[in-house]
Amino acid sequence: MPKEKEGYKGVWILSEKREGVLNPVSFELISWGAELAKKRNVPLSAVLLGEDLQKDAEELIKYGADIVYVVDDPRLSYFNPEIYLNILANLIKDEKPEIFIASATTMGRTIMPLVASKVETGLTADCTGLDIEEETGLLLQTRPAIGGNVMATIKTPEHRPQMATVRPKSKKPPMPNEKRKGKIIEKNFSEKVFSTRIKRISFQKDETSEIPVQEADIVIAGGKGLKDGKNFDMLYQLAGLFNGAVGASRAAVDMGWIPYSHQIGLSGKTVSPRLYMAIGISGAVQHIAGMSSSDVIVAINKDPDANIFHVSDFGIVGDLFEILPLFIEKIKKEVKSQ
Amino acid sequence: MRIAVLIKQVPATDKVKINKETGTMIRENLESELNPLDMYAVEEAVRLKEKYNNVKTVAISMGPPFAKDVIRDAISMGIDKGYLVSDRKFGGADTWATAYTLKKAINKLGEFDIIFTGERATDGETGQVGPSLAAQLNFPILTYVSKIIEITDEHIVVERSIEGGKEIVLSKLPVVISVVKEINEPHIPNLAGKIKAKKADIPTFTSKDLNADPSKIGLLGSPTRVVNVYYPKMTRKGIIIKSKDPESAVSELINFLKEKNII
Repeated sequence: MPKEKEGYKGVWILSEKREGVLNPVSFELISWGAELAKKRNVPLSAVLLGEDLQKDAEELIKYGADIVYVVDDPRLSYFNPEIYLNILANLIKDEKPEIFIASATTMGRTIMPLVASKVETGLTADCTGLDIEEETGLLLQTRPAIGGNVMATIKTPEHRPQMATVRPKSKKPPMPNEKRKGKIIEKNFSEKVFSTRIKRISFQKDETSEIPVQEADIVIAGGKGLKDGKNFDMLYQLAGLFNGAVGASRAAVDMGWIPYSHQIGLSGKTVSPRLYMAIGISGAVQHIAGMSSSDVIVAINKDPDANIFHVSDFGIVGDLFEILPLFIEKIKKEVKSQ
Repeated sequence: MRIAVLIKQVPATDKVKINKETGTMIRENLESELNPLDMYAVEEAVRLKEKYNNVKTVAISMGPPFAKDVIRDAISMGIDKGYLVSDRKFGGADTWATAYTLKKAINKLGEFDIIFTGERATDGETGQVGPSLAAQLNFPILTYVSKIIEITDEHIVVERSIEGGKEIVLSKLPVVISVVKEINEPHIPNLAGKIKAKKADIPTFTSKDLNADPSKIGLLGSPTRVVNVYYPKMTRKGIIIKSKDPESAVSELINFLKEKNII
């Protein structure tokens, strides 16, 4: 089954435009892709599907894309897995990229396995590390499994493209450069590509969460120690000051204090923010599975033996109802003075 | 209507213990269980069976012979019939080869209207087998489904829980659907269910039974190769402040966050 590896060249990233807005995960992907493209000495291309894309394509170039493949059609204004699959499979067949990466968002984690299966190649999910093997030039895809207890490095030796999704927030976006130049290539497809059995009927925006917890730079998470759903108000206030999101342990979700979409851990979301604050969370193994790759972890808990302190960079043993209001006041002052 | 649910046996992750000295997982005596996120897929299939007439449900699992245990779990919850897909030749399969093997099993069992999966398994955590299977069957796929709104003879309308909101989507049948935890609350099996599960005959399909292409199964049929596995330390040697008044503890936290350039 392995097909010719010859002729596959270049690094691609899949940009993501969501409800009319180019999502920042696209820029993080440029950071990932640029490192690989440099090591392979090839251009970095972004693939952009959607509607009304000229400005977004220019934006991707400013952030570091050398080429942007654009497919601009009103039927692509939302993610339809069938149409996106047809287009991406065709693009890959025509252009033959050597490496193709996407963000491990709900879209990335849906479209990439579809594409990989259709073009008959391998795919590695939710990577936290990507590199090029010096001797072979192959993509090394490193990912956690079993709740981060195991790390595995995976290769796709014979099939092309080598495909992976990467965990959102695990790399910083690059600085944009207004003067950067690149090529925008418009691609057109026949009507057949747009035929589909799936149709979006509506989209209801979440009123509560402005930033999805997986995409926040700062996550303020609460657990059983908060004692009451009302006390999540303090967490929302703090998250608001940081422009972050509120997360929760399974216990807090099971109590009905906060919706499931905020749950962090093995049966919830996996996050990788710059700062993760665990407030009144004891740190069960399943919770830690969802946040251990965070940059900086801060814990506040009254139990000095709580497991969360083993994975924390900074911990305060004490009463959160004393500590949190003081902390919020101080952060308010910091925000004002900036 | 015929419904298949794909389930997986996984190590019982809620029983995973960490060695506090080394900060790594203790791997000895790990029990196994039905993937917790598959319970929601099983439950949803059982609920459709209760709600509509003439619904037949089957559970399919690929794994070693003792994976029959999790098929029995599904039957105890109300699934009609279970099948095990098991053969040494399937060993080492990645998500692509797994999806191919499951496709062959589904084809052998005839036509289905809905194929349910969990969002992902708690061991591999890829969530790739559902979409990969959909592509190989040429079925449409609806992922992250949090509610089934309507089913007719021809189509299904669902709610998907995605970043920033809920999407209402229609798909023609047949379809592959991966469900998320918020879709339902799985019920605890009753005694009758448990007895039925214990007595159930669970046929096994080998690669020969499925007439599987040897170049597409197991490790040989897998495009990816695991080249290195290691057990990372999850512990951090952090600063832990005990027995201090809250005021100065908070000041130290603020200083720490400044050092880290967070504020």
